[in-house]
Amino acid sequence: MRRDQHIHYLLHLADDSLILGHRNSEWTGHGPILEQDIALSNISLDLIGQARNLYQYAARLVNRERGMKEKVLPGVKVSGEVSEDTLAYFRDSRDYKNCLLVEQPNGDWGKTVLRQFLFSAFQFLLYDRLKQRDDQQVAAIAEKSIKEVAYHLRWSSEWVIRLGDGTAESHRRMRHALEDLWLFTGELFVAAPYEQELLAEGYGADLSSCRLPWEDTILETLARAGLFPPEDGTSNGSAHTGSAIMTRSRAGGKEGQHTEHLGYLLAEMQFLQRAYPGCEW
Amino acid sequence: MGGKMYLWLQTHCLAMNDSLSIQEPEKGFQDRIDREIRIEPRDWMPDAYRRMLIRQISQHAHSEIVGMLPEGNWITRAPSLRRKVTLIAKVQDEAGHGLYLYAAAETLGISRDEMIDQLHTGKAKYSSIFNYPTLTWADIGVIGWLVDGAAIMNQVPLCRSSYGPYSRAMVRICKEESFHQRQGFEILLTLSRGSAAQKRMCQDAINRWWWPSIMMFGPSDDASPHTGQSMRWKIKRFTNDELRQRFVNVCAEQVKILGMTLPDPDLVWNEQTGQYDFGPIDWEEFRNVINGNGPCNRERMAARVRAHEEGAWVREAATAHELRLQNKRISSVKENSEKS
Repeated sequence: MRRDQHIHYLLHLADDSLILGHRNSEWTGHGPILEQDIALSNISLDLIGQARNLYQYAARLVNRERGMKEKVLPGVKVSGEVSEDTLAYFRDSRDYKNCLLVEQPNGDWGKTVLRQFLFSAFQFLLYDRLKQRDDQQVAAIAEKSIKEVAYHLRWSSEWVIRLGDGTAESHRRMRHALEDLWLFTGELFVAAPYEQELLAEGYGADLSSCRLPWEDTILETLARAGLFPPEDGTSNGSAHTGSAIMTRSRAGGKEGQHTEHLGYLLAEMQFLQRAYPGCEW
Repeated sequence: MGGKMYLWLQTHCLAMNDSLSIQEPEKGFQDRIDREIRIEPRDWMPDAYRRMLIRQISQHAHSEIVGMLPEGNWITRAPSLRRKVTLIAKVQDEAGHGLYLYAAAETLGISRDEMIDQLHTGKAKYSSIFNYPTLTWADIGVIGWLVDGAAIMNQVPLCRSSYGPYSRAMVRICKEESFHQRQGFEILLTLSRGSAAQKRMCQDAINRWWWPSIMMFGPSDDASPHTGQSMRWKIKRFTNDELRQRFVNVCAEQVKILGMTLPDPDLVWNEQTGQYDFGPIDWEEFRNVINGNGPCNRERMAARVRAHEEGAWVREAATAHELRLQNKRISSVKENSEKS
């Protein structure tokens, strides 16, 4: 296994969690109900905690091998060892590898809980596979995190049902949110080159095996919410893929081609580290 | 017994009975307070005691909730992942404190909705400290050290407050607050040992927050209208000035560890009193901020009202869904009973 591909994969997993955790934390103090403000902050904490575990592991691998720093952090001057913070605060958007779904702006509460639901349903299946894989560090992180993810999935699916089934207004808002976010779900199941390479050597997870169970989870909850996935707008119909709800999708995040939103998120998140480089905080 | 005597006895004893029936509960109440027995929600209490507690507890709850805003302001810009996580957890704790306190106030017969409405219409106050802006990362450290420090000084005695639910809420809150205070001080300690820019940031934040922090203890004793009664009822245990003096004594020592200074040229150790003397407080500023003219009063209230209004559809939807579930349950029970 090529070490840099391995590290790219870890960064991809970590970035997914960090960016979604960061987005959720934008709600802290502004939630619609005090109890739910606390619940979403909790999910943020879980996600950023997962990201930290993965970054710390990635940092150890980077530090272990000569020349790896330059590959993972091209053009970044790092004095001393790479840390979780170097990886989070000194990579620009082209080096971030999260899926586009998690970087989408919060919108209203409905869009936020739907984004969480679509991602958690996927992350649960992903971590379930990763906890059985050869990379013991990743397996241990997945094993620990999957309990948290199960809660995120339950919490968010309850909210999707509540809002889909609530009032005419909440139903309408959820329909719009679903139209907005649906485009970004296809990417979850498309393996980036580093994922394909790892999979060929028995690492990582087979994303195609996640697709159908993910659809089952999503469709079941959406049905209880009185919601339907948007109509398929492409020729990638069910006949070709075996997928009931394959749709037009946008991708690229895993390889650093993001939506415009990520740049602003990173500018805000990284500002102190970049304005005062080389400081302890 | 002559008729006159009988009449005298009758009227006199009746009058005594009357005065007993008025004074008995009040006397019994004060007696329990004096014997340090906690007052619980079902116990009789004077209306004024109830009102004073509702005012104080709801004000305290609102302060926790509004206090989430200036700190939340730095969550997305926290300078490391560790700092980000601790800050989210801290702000989340404040929300939890708000919850316990709203629940404690609800035992006195007011609903959370009513209290929140009082906050949004300006009828209820919150601690004026949260009307100051958090301009740099150092402000997050200073809020932990000074603002939470002052809050702890105020709140530790409230753990022995005469009203049971309030005192129990305060026990939990104080534990978490002292943790926050240590975290805040540690942020400042890191800055104080850092680069010249970080040191400057640290001193600047202390300069801006020091006076507002010592104003947190409220007006001086001779200008504090509620203190006397509150102490008799053992809601409060120490006066504003006593607590403020203790706080100054502690901070004047701690600031030395940071290698920073407090922005008060009159701050000096007084051998005779065994306390620090400090300069006059600008009560004009205090009144101004309380009356809505602080640097962030409008922003803070606007943010709270916005969160509430933008959340209305969410709350309505949740209620509608819950109602529908209940109706389903009821009709399925009916169906089952009809079948059998």
